[in-house]
Amino acid sequence: MLCERCGQRPATVHITEIINGNKKETHVCQACAGEVQPQGFGFAPQLNLNNFLAGFLHELGGAGNNQVMEAGEKCGQCGMSEGQFVQQGFLGCGSCYSHFEDRLQPLLRRIHGNIRHTGKVPERTGGRAKVLKAIESLKEQLREVVSREEFEQAADLRDAIRQLEKKLEEGGEA
Amino acid sequence: MPIKQTVNNAHSAWMDAEGQGSNIVISSRVRVARNLAGIPFPHLLDQTRAEEVIHAVRLAIANDEAKHLLGSLELSMLGELSPVERQILVDKHLISPEFTNNYQSKAIVLRDDEVVSIMLNEEDHLRLQCLLPGLQLKEAWEIIDKVDDGLEKTLDYAFSEKLGYLTTCPTNVGTGMRASIMLHLPGLKLTKQLGVVLSAISKLGLTVRGLYGEGTEAQGNLFQVSNQITLGQSEEEICNNLLVSTRHILSQEHAARIALYQQRREAVEDRVYRAYGTLRYARILTSEEAMRLISDLRLGVDLNIITGINPSKLNELMIKIRPAFLYKINGKELPAQQRYAFRAALVRKEFENLPQ
Repeated sequence: MLCERCGQRPATVHITEIINGNKKETHVCQACAGEVQPQGFGFAPQLNLNNFLAGFLHELGGAGNNQVMEAGEKCGQCGMSEGQFVQQGFLGCGSCYSHFEDRLQPLLRRIHGNIRHTGKVPERTGGRAKVLKAIESLKEQLREVVSREEFEQAADLRDAIRQLEKKLEEGGEA
Repeated sequence: MPIKQTVNNAHSAWMDAEGQGSNIVISSRVRVARNLAGIPFPHLLDQTRAEEVIHAVRLAIANDEAKHLLGSLELSMLGELSPVERQILVDKHLISPEFTNNYQSKAIVLRDDEVVSIMLNEEDHLRLQCLLPGLQLKEAWEIIDKVDDGLEKTLDYAFSEKLGYLTTCPTNVGTGMRASIMLHLPGLKLTKQLGVVLSAISKLGLTVRGLYGEGTEAQGNLFQVSNQITLGQSEEEICNNLLVSTRHILSQEHAARIALYQQRREAVEDRVYRAYGTLRYARILTSEEAMRLISDLRLGVDLNIITGINPSKLNELMIKIRPAFLYKINGKELPAQQRYAFRAALVRKEFENLPQ
């Protein structure tokens, strides 16, 4: 068998790695062996996403906030504490997002460069968000129509917007 | 198709090479994360509560009013499958590798054509995926959009007006969408331009990974390009951004192939025929070597050096040669050396009836 890496010299080194129960076999020549063994230095880097997130949160929290974190304010719904969240980089439930909002905002801005959803809104449970999105899209159309001086269409769009806004007010929910 | 049939068959609809750019683009995938309102995310759930999530989804897919949106879906508990069968679902890209850990409280929903799969209690309560052959990202999103609407007729999603769909990891919040395109890039690899192109891609908010997602290396010159940002861009914008970048990579790969063929014709043909010869006659094949050879052969088919081989057959072969599938065909696990021989025999058989 030839070396899997260079495909030129015979494979004389056979490496079996078991990571998370998955077995991986590598067959390489002496020359390539040094390069394919990540554990060659007895060091495997702990680079996963959550470590990074946790690092960000620590840093963004600043030294002054550490005590609050240790005290571990908890999410009312799932019981996830701020300390846990900072450690794991995972939220516990949907309510955590409003509960830890202040901590999350700078993090979200750093990850996404944005803190406002502009995509799909669920049909049935979207509620206000759905109406708001529809108004936004009508206003966009209105701007275009006005710039083309199509005033009749513009009047129709204004009516439609007014109707939706009325619906929002009547709906009343926050 | 019942799940037992899925795990006994290496073929899946995404392998049928069709659609635009299908000689370079293997497949397009859209995945969205959804969670149920009022229930903690999966990592905080015990077995009983995890099963509540599965039960809620079971009801949602049985809703007659949503049938026209959902298609024919079947739910299976992951624990009902053997470890090998679970691995085959990973190999066929229907579930993620992480999904097979702690499989007791997890379930998978598959549509009969295997185009749609839903992982239950992975990192999020639901992860809906659509996988299509070739460059069909928008089509994949349209399918997922419908299935999502169908499920939402019954399920209350965790959604916020401001932040969109709420997810376990803040890197997915907003659309919850990960769109990715699997590309075969031997031209860029052989002309040593891959690094340049891929580093440019990462500057555009996209990531490049190996064949089986995070932390896997690129086998057989296959790469997955996907979006990173999920908040502040609409689903359509995410698809468009990825498509624009992919078209750019496609034209670069195309140019690299032409340059290779014009300047190093003999060397390219030699590489292709050596791969063909080895696949047809080898007696021992590791999966790494087989993937490399299939990649070379695929390049030969794309460049018309070799005719009479259907690219979708090569897509299927990439799955057949994986250890889990060999185990399945053979009926029991084989020690390494015997597995290599078994794999070589299987590959030889695939090419048996082709012209010399």
